[in-house]
Amino acid sequence: MSRPTTFGPRPWIQQHWDARAAANFMLGGSGAGLLAAAPLAGGAPLLQALGLALIALGLGAVWLEIGRKLRAAHVFFNPWTSWMSREALAAVLTFVLGLLSVFSSERSLTVAAALSALLFLWCQARILHASKGIPAWRAPQVVPLVMLTGLAEGAGIALLFGDVAALVGLFGLALLARAFAWSRYRTALRLPCAAALEPSGRALMQLGTVLPVALLLFSTLAPEALWLAGLLAAVTGWRLKFALVTRASHNQGFSLPHLPIR
Amino acid sequence: MVADLRRCVGCQTCTAACKHANATPPGVQWRRVLDMEVGEFPSVKRVFVPVGCMHCEDPPCMHVCPSTATRKRADGIVTIDYDLCIGCAYCAVACPYQARYKTDVAQFAYGAPMPNEEIGNDEKRLGVATKCTFCADRIDSGLAKGLKPGKDPDATPACVNSCIAQALHFGDADDPGSNISELLAENQFFRMHEELGTKPGFYYLWDRK
Repeated sequence: MSRPTTFGPRPWIQQHWDARAAANFMLGGSGAGLLAAAPLAGGAPLLQALGLALIALGLGAVWLEIGRKLRAAHVFFNPWTSWMSREALAAVLTFVLGLLSVFSSERSLTVAAALSALLFLWCQARILHASKGIPAWRAPQVVPLVMLTGLAEGAGIALLFGDVAALVGLFGLALLARAFAWSRYRTALRLPCAAALEPSGRALMQLGTVLPVALLLFSTLAPEALWLAGLLAAVTGWRLKFALVTRASHNQGFSLPHLPIR
Repeated sequence: MVADLRRCVGCQTCTAACKHANATPPGVQWRRVLDMEVGEFPSVKRVFVPVGCMHCEDPPCMHVCPSTATRKRADGIVTIDYDLCIGCAYCAVACPYQARYKTDVAQFAYGAPMPNEEIGNDEKRLGVATKCTFCADRIDSGLAKGLKPGKDPDATPACVNSCIAQALHFGDADDPGSNISELLAENQFFRMHEELGTKPGFYYLWDRK
């Protein structure tokens, strides 16, 4: 038998971030996706309001997780290097632009809010990528995956409120791009934690991509099929992110490249 | 810090000394010693590996900290400002060495606080990230008295002072004449998860050169 190259305890799942942190990625991602899709959809103020509410809920959930709740404002102190600070600042910008857009219905503000929401989504993805202690999060492929699933979820939820052709097109493209991003991420992730993502990844591909695309094609006959497609895309995206944060978040344990020579 | 893996016997005295000096609550071990069993019968070995905060030169915990609570001192010690920390635990998931803890409720080893726990109990440490400080207060107080860290016990971390096998050593790796520099010059060493680029300040000796 060949001698292993490293020695040490096996990785275990981190216990610091639980469902509350996952909720920030699930709800915040969908909310940002909704805001990003809003310029292409009719009834944009309603979508934007819902998007902002989802982002607020996500941030509220993560606020429940922090140990010193009254110091939450300290989160803004390190935008130079911390993606969490940047996410918080992007959230503020998104809320300002989003609320202005909701009440003014100015097209330029709707677009600005959408860009700001994309910035928020990018910061969320980079939060995971900067977590060096968790191999499944620090993989560079996690950034497009988290961004594209947020966009697919948001566009999917937006379909519940209207079926503008441009929005349907965005949804279809986001679905396919998300499937590609998942495939790249899965290929890159040759780790014990990969097994923990398999069920949700399979659901993302089958129920969250193949079925919605089929429903999109079917929607010319039955418009309600779009709603189901949107819901499926959102739910499978949430499931994947929940698993990513709470189930596949193994650390890398400890490893020794050499054993002591006594 | 240097840990000589050839000398460590896994007695956990350093762990106990750290817990006593820093009054950490149950389940929190700023200094711990892994007890690894490696190999297959009949060639099985046990290896004891002291771990904790590696006081990295490029600490990921500091970069991700949104509140600037985690900082690095000029001497390389990574610290946490308990008044700034919000307890988001982002540093804990960013640390590749599982060195950070967060305790929300005060707990004591035997229910009521022991004398050292009464002295060391600090409300500021609740709900925030905590970790090994290399006994920075002890080092600073020793330096103020003109003592040398790593040589004089009053300026040296409790775990190093307590080590029964002289497996743990502390000193200035940038000083070519220090005990640490000599050990690194005479022995082969590695640092944990070096591939991540964090440049840990904790060296493991495993063989002579």
